[in-house]
Amino acid sequence: MFKIEDIRKDFPILSRKVHGKPLVYLDNGATSQTPIQVINTIVDYYSNYNANIHRGVHTLSQEATDKYETARYKIQNHFNAKHAHEIILTSGTTESINLVAHGFASLLKKNDEVIVSSLEHHSNIVPWQMLCEKTGAFLKVIPMNDEGDLVMEEYDKLLSKKTKLVFVNHISNALGTINPIKYIIEKGHQVGAAVLIDGAQACPHIKPDVQELDVDFYVASAHKMCGPTGVGMLYGKESWLKKLPPYQGGGEMIAEVTFEKTTYANLPHKFEAGTPNICGGIAFGTAIDYLNNIGFDNIATYEHELLEYATKKLLEIEGLKIYGTSKNKTSVISFNLNGIHPYDVGTILDKLGIAVRTGHHCAQPIMAYYKIPGTVRASFAFYNTKEEIDVLVEGVKKAKMMLS
Amino acid sequence: MTIQEIQNDIKDEFSMFDDWEERYQYMIDLGKTLPLIEPKYKTDDYIIKGCQSKVWVHADLIHDKIVFTADSDAIITKGIIAILIRVFSNQHPKHIIEANTDFIDDIGLKEHLSPTRANGLVSMIKQLKMYAIAYQTQLQ
Repeated sequence: MFKIEDIRKDFPILSRKVHGKPLVYLDNGATSQTPIQVINTIVDYYSNYNANIHRGVHTLSQEATDKYETARYKIQNHFNAKHAHEIILTSGTTESINLVAHGFASLLKKNDEVIVSSLEHHSNIVPWQMLCEKTGAFLKVIPMNDEGDLVMEEYDKLLSKKTKLVFVNHISNALGTINPIKYIIEKGHQVGAAVLIDGAQACPHIKPDVQELDVDFYVASAHKMCGPTGVGMLYGKESWLKKLPPYQGGGEMIAEVTFEKTTYANLPHKFEAGTPNICGGIAFGTAIDYLNNIGFDNIATYEHELLEYATKKLLEIEGLKIYGTSKNKTSVISFNLNGIHPYDVGTILDKLGIAVRTGHHCAQPIMAYYKIPGTVRASFAFYNTKEEIDVLVEGVKKAKMMLS
Repeated sequence: MTIQEIQNDIKDEFSMFDDWEERYQYMIDLGKTLPLIEPKYKTDDYIIKGCQSKVWVHADLIHDKIVFTADSDAIITKGIIAILIRVFSNQHPKHIIEANTDFIDDIGLKEHLSPTRANGLVSMIKQLKMYAIAYQTQLQ
């Protein structure tokens, strides 16, 4: 097991103050903080070998290309993809999803069906709604229950030969539920549907094996995995990526261009038009190294302890209700105080130096299910401590006192 | 009282507080004095779109002065709108349009003034002034 004091030293931001109080950062579900190793990679890139990649014969360009492609291998290994060219570097999860949705616009027909879950982030609902509007396909939704689990019997009923695509998040951002994706993928494949799993919330906590899952597409963002913002990835099975048309036209994604006809580059470059976020991609690689050095088993064990401790402590506060009580969840606690708006609680907590997320968490259908305007969401990372949870609990008590 | 005089009063009241807690507690208490909007106006037509909490505002022209009523589902937001209404209600539209709102800065609520802030204080001020512009046109 790691030493938490050592880990915290890796994150310069954790020693800053907010409103004169030590920062307690519990908004890891929105974005994770950045360790010095990743920051150093970014500084090193711009200090020593900033250049455009894949084109230059000069040394800087070659160095940058090597490091960028090394990052792709790191991502490949991390997710256990069969080929490096099955890893497409994107600007993040949202772009990855849009890339696939765009590609399927030419593969779907009228009356085909697309299944999403009721636990989705808006970025995993809206692109599919747009796709359905464009193609005349129908969007079907897997319902959830009070605990925040998806109802698998209902999923089974939704599946048919008409189902062409299934999109589910690995972990719900609003509630922390870990969805039974293995089952979802298997069942989807039985009717011949492709399955995309949104791993944005899962990847900071879990190391997914895309071959073992047999998933068709898996997407994630670097900035939730201790990497920088503006970079992410799409894993796609080679056969699917070959079938999908390019997403954007531009440099890098072409093999040959004449005014009569352009032939597209091979994978992965077919989907990587223009100059990519080179520095971000390389730093994403460093972030993956960093997390693997700590070890995902260690991370899971430690975060589970934090979750149990925080759940127990928060539930001792009278009138506090936790939303999302699945047996399978990660270190996310969405809660409300009876009769108090989450925005008010978040404002008071901010004054105490505690960063939480308040609102609907871009998952309005979930809030509609519970008939609430939103929640306060505390999401923990491996660099958080039980002492910080104590500060949160005291902060919530203070908010309750002031706001009641 | 003029808008400026009311603003000065509010500044005086807030200057008595030593820390954010007292300021917020006072604001929360002010929220309880908010002249509440009639239920029939508590609809989407009267909502000020902020990201997180809902705010409804209604304005009546009584003689040549505007009387505001409002409500919110969040207490702190209610306090903020109560302060604004105390400043702007029962004033001539022209004076509302011309008023500046620097006092918000002076009472230690500057952080709420940022246009990106989710509570929509900027949208609230804008909406109150929009009502004033509409009624000003009517008066002319």
